[in-house]
Amino acid sequence: MSCSAIGRELSAPPGSDAQSCGPGACGAGPTSTDGAGQGELPGYRRWHFVSSFLETPVGPVPVVKTSLERPDRVGAALVRLGVGRGRYRVAPGLYAVGAPGPESPVLVTANYKLTFDSLRKELAGLNAWILVLDTAGVNVWCAAGKKTFGTMELARRVAACGLTEVVSHRRLVVPQLGAPGVAAHEVKRLCGFRVVFGPVRAADIPAFLEAGMKATPAMRRVEFPALDRVAVGLVEFANERRTMLWVALALLALAGIGQGVFSLQRAWLGLWTGFAAYMLGFAGGNVLCPLALPWLPGRSFALKGAVAGLAAGAGVWAFAPNALAGLGLWLGAAVAASWYGMNFTGSSTYTSPTGVEKEMRAAIPLQGVGLAVALALWRLGVGGV
Amino acid sequence: MGGRFRYIPGVVTLRMDPHRCSGCGVCAQVCPHGVFVVEGGTASIADRDACMECGACALNCASGAIEVEQGVGCARAIINGWITGGPPSCDCGGDGSSTCC
Ligand code: SF4
Ligand code: SF4
Repeated sequence: MSCSAIGRELSAPPGSDAQSCGPGACGAGPTSTDGAGQGELPGYRRWHFVSSFLETPVGPVPVVKTSLERPDRVGAALVRLGVGRGRYRVAPGLYAVGAPGPESPVLVTANYKLTFDSLRKELAGLNAWILVLDTAGVNVWCAAGKKTFGTMELARRVAACGLTEVVSHRRLVVPQLGAPGVAAHEVKRLCGFRVVFGPVRAADIPAFLEAGMKATPAMRRVEFPALDRVAVGLVEFANERRTMLWVALALLALAGIGQGVFSLQRAWLGLWTGFAAYMLGFAGGNVLCPLALPWLPGRSFALKGAVAGLAAGAGVWAFAPNALAGLGLWLGAAVAASWYGMNFTGSSTYTSPTGVEKEMRAAIPLQGVGLAVALALWRLGVGGV
Repeated sequence: MGGRFRYIPGVVTLRMDPHRCSGCGVCAQVCPHGVFVVEGGTASIADRDACMECGACALNCASGAIEVEQGVGCARAIINGWITGGPPSCDCGGDGSSTCC
């Protein structure tokens, strides 16, 4: 029971509202009364990014701002740190930008708030409708892969929002990266709207619309610039907190157990040297590897990661207690970086699943052997086996 | 990708049947890596190794001329698939992660 036409925060769980977009579901709809702001309903908070409401044949539609404000930036920062990512969404449904009319274009997007924000901030000075699909707070590309940003949801949302009454044309601009989930010819058959695949980047939308909904070849290509690569790599710091804890516990146990049953002193030495090396490998795989991706040797991400790890892991010589432990720590850092480099395939924009599987079958056994040797050397180095 | 980023060659599952192609050009439009070119009324695969198996072309080819095993190129998803014996699944943390898949 969520009617996006009020622009309130999502209060119902995702999925429960598929049929309830539009004025019918909102009861009488938020007609303004004396003493209350237009669109206000008791118990519903209006999103800060909704500037006003536009009267349409299907009831009031929230008009959203095209500038990002403090709450948007704070929210984006938190979500990048992994805080509340699963809940960072806006209610699906119809929104407006500027003063759109029946001829204005309809831009389709996902209900992940970062995605929604990156679209609306590019639309300054334009008059357009935004149709937000329910992707459970996942961005367009990922959701298209899972088919939640998909043919059925699009057709359903068009009908539920009464779009045929709002616009006179029958065109939907779907971001190109939604194409793995949206079959244009099926959408046409299901709801009568023709899908026009828009550019890959929201920033190109004004130029795309200006050119009469024509994308240049450059607008159709996915790139993978350094800033993007590092940004997605950094998210691993938040994602991997649990793994870090397990690594620390394992190192502590492995170093401590041995001669003298359990040596606290040795455990401590093992823990901090081992963990420091792991973090060097972590940085090698998640920061250096993405950054230097085009220049690292080979096609395999596991190999690229290992090379980045050898570079970053050379830092262990600053604190290695002796040569034996140092070698183990260095190798360990390279193995960790290789692992994280391999995982970075999931964030990259050009790897194929078949290729990833092939590289993993080759890399994982080597990583296993490398890890075993690294642990043995390090353990011998910290002493008292 | 302009050749700057290339992944492992000769592995992708992309197939296309030129006899079924109507030359509509949609595949070339939706592909984010410029794998297809359409010339003289039929599409052809011009750069197979640039394909990332996203499945956009196959899904949007109304003539059913294209086949590809669509999937997520995420190591963790593949490991999940190995462990569960099912298809690769990328519910990394299950919180709608945007970094993986
Ligand atoms: S989408 Fe299908 S029919 Fe259209 S050009 Fe491509 S292969 Fe041919
Ligand atoms: S699967 Fe995706 S990357 Fe491969 S050819 Fe089709 S659209 Fe292009």
